[in-house]
Amino acid sequence: MANDGSTKLSKNLLRMKFMQRGLDAEVKKQLEEEEKRIISDEHWYLDLPELKAKECYIVEERSYIPCEDLVYGRMSFKGFNPDVEKLMVLMNVPKEREKDEEEDDMTRMDTDITDEDMARRYGSLVESMKRRFAKKRERSSLQDSLEDVNRNVVPSQPKKTFLKPKD
Amino acid sequence: MDAVHSCFKDKLGQAVLPGDVFSFAVSAVEDSAVRAEKVICGPGLRRNGDEILVCKSGILRHKAPNLYWIDSQQKRYVPVKGESVIGIVTAKSGDIFKVDVGSSEQASLSYLAFEGATKRNRPNVQVGDLVYSQFIIANKDMEPELVCIDSCGRANGMGVFGADGLLFKVSLGLVRRLLVPQSEIVKDLEKIFPFEMVVGMNGRVWVKAKTVQQTLIVANLLDSCENMTAQQRQTLFKRVAEGSL
Repeated sequence: MANDGSTKLSKNLLRMKFMQRGLDAEVKKQLEEEEKRIISDEHWYLDLPELKAKECYIVEERSYIPCEDLVYGRMSFKGFNPDVEKLMVLMNVPKEREKDEEEDDMTRMDTDITDEDMARRYGSLVESMKRRFAKKRERSSLQDSLEDVNRNVVPSQPKKTFLKPKD
Repeated sequence: MDAVHSCFKDKLGQAVLPGDVFSFAVSAVEDSAVRAEKVICGPGLRRNGDEILVCKSGILRHKAPNLYWIDSQQKRYVPVKGESVIGIVTAKSGDIFKVDVGSSEQASLSYLAFEGATKRNRPNVQVGDLVYSQFIIANKDMEPELVCIDSCGRANGMGVFGADGLLFKVSLGLVRRLLVPQSEIVKDLEKIFPFEMVVGMNGRVWVKAKTVQQTLIVANLLDSCENMTAQQRQTLFKRVAEGSL
């Protein structure tokens, strides 16, 4: 440095803001480049030859379950634990039949209520709703006509109407 | 792919030993257009580059279309993701339970991994309880982790069980024989009397019948199934059903 005859300022000093004004274009460019290199140096990359991923046609499977189609591990027999027996049916659906079962499920969703129960319930519901909306006078007639099997309502009394008085 | 199958074919159903190698001419495989088709090597087989190594002694089995595995006898359980096991809770520590599943390391079980469990509503699990649960993490580098719910958050029979009954250990081979669909042992057993059974893939079996005596009979029968031919088993079971034992 001393040989040059001129004192050289350190790069760090030159990079400072107040020194920028006096710099000529070339030095500025050089500094910028250097800064870029420092930044890119801080990014990591692996210095390795590029690995070629070979297509793998062997797949490992460590469980016996898919090999031997093992079933659900909880079992109950002869109704010892009904909950578990329900679960067994649920979990041990053969895989091929799974799709069909799903379709079936849509049609027989609520099997806890049988069709007969449903019909009986609706029958009584219709009756009670009818009674609810009937007027007081009609209600008694409804009760009378209950015995009619065909549900043909035959009013026991003729309906009372307004009779115009004769002059 | 025929090249692959042909190299297995002559060993199928025969005993193989650890160290045996199945290698196929890669070029032959590469040439064929069916390269996309894959070979699945199940338990007991290991991939090593382009060849398949045997790492357990046993009988080579095949399932169509492309699944090969070794049917081996062993007693030590190695956790596998997705398998259901019977564990014993050994410790409660904060958020997790430590569960002994019979493998080299204890598994962890989060208290949130039960049906209906929330941060406020903790499941009632005590040290010593039996849990039927499945692995969601199981590999050689990490601590195995269990859960007692499926992906939908339902228990499906998992969780704490076994107020009474009897827990015992059998070999992993017998467990698989019990869990095979239409298992002959189970079919013979269910004729005797009503009972309940939980079979874990880790070799633990829990049984419960109406009386202690019946529970013990079932347990002993299962234990003796280990080394019996089908005929021996049927005669034994018949004698038990008649009540002569």
